[in-house]
Amino acid sequence: MVELMLPKADRPTQGKSWPKPAGAKRLREYHIYRYDPDQSANPRIDTYFVNLDDCGPMILDGLLWIKNNIDPTLTLRRSCREGICGSCSMNINGLNTLACTKGMDDSTGPIKIYPLPHMPVVKDLVPDLSTFYAQHRAIEPWLKTTSPTPAKEWTQTVPQRAKLDGLYECILCACCSTSCPSYWWNGDKYLGPAALLQAYRWLIDSRDETTNERLDDLEDPFKLYRCHTIMNCAKVCPKGLNPAKAIAEIKKMMVERKVA
Amino acid sequence: MTVRSRPISPHLQIYRWTITMAMSIAHRATGIALYAGTVLLVIWLGAAASSQQALNVVNDIYASWFGQLVLFAYTWALFHHMLGGIRHFIWDFTIGMLPGQREMLAWANLIGSIVLTVLVWTVFVWTA
Repeated sequence: MVELMLPKADRPTQGKSWPKPAGAKRLREYHIYRYDPDQSANPRIDTYFVNLDDCGPMILDGLLWIKNNIDPTLTLRRSCREGICGSCSMNINGLNTLACTKGMDDSTGPIKIYPLPHMPVVKDLVPDLSTFYAQHRAIEPWLKTTSPTPAKEWTQTVPQRAKLDGLYECILCACCSTSCPSYWWNGDKYLGPAALLQAYRWLIDSRDETTNERLDDLEDPFKLYRCHTIMNCAKVCPKGLNPAKAIAEIKKMMVERKVA
Repeated sequence: MTVRSRPISPHLQIYRWTITMAMSIAHRATGIALYAGTVLLVIWLGAAASSQQALNVVNDIYASWFGQLVLFAYTWALFHHMLGGIRHFIWDFTIGMLPGQREMLAWANLIGSIVLTVLVWTVFVWTA
């Protein structure tokens, strides 16, 4: 359902402005979405100041500096701090990205940080990704075959393997799916860019023998065809992948098997 | 203990607009506007088919400054939606989807629709 406005109880209010660190010369302002599940209050936007002379260069460094030095209750997911785990995905200055690979010097002025858009918030910057993971599970992201298993392994030529480049690198950070207005309005029925990119990854895998069944599963008004080529997914992918193109390739496969 | 249901995180309110996103919603908006525009066309044809008097009345309304404004907007909606259709047709072949290309197509959609609208009005209305 298209809901342009947030429900009243979900709208963030002006929060607390935390004191500037004493003696700091170079400061950077952070505006951060906070939600405390133990309170009935609305979410709020808190203001923090990071001492740049005592902090690494990335947005994530700033968040952890705040957590270590100012407010230990600030809650976020992070792990690898090098763009491979996909944990610290969030909305930074209006676009979804990984906090660990986004530099503070990429923007000027206050850094505005929200959780991934249009998701149920567990706490602060931690969204509930259960549906997102279930959608990935739903496309059955594993090799499915009907012929007898070979004695050694399922082989693939170099060009066949090359078709998986730009697809297998997905880290499931959910930046793309939660950037998609179509996913915002129909996230329960539309699979979203991340799951569809993976669907395509298995559709064009030369070893997979269930291409037709996979396409049958996607032949649905919502699962695939709610993609309206808005292209936000391709713009924000922190790994530089192109879910929009993968989805267009699936739509093309649907047409091609009909006319074939 | 849960004291309230989980809030939905802000989306449209905080998301930075992209040109492809703006042209996508414009494509839908112009598509809806074309329904209203087509009604205007039907009214005009209907008047022309019924009597000279009725046609004069409709022509007078359409020739007023407000009528002209609406028809100008209708022309733009028509061109924007047509070029948007071509843009989507190109993307259906999985062409022009790379960074830079997709933004270029979206801008071409917008600029092309404005240029064509002004061109058509210059040739058929303003200098006719």
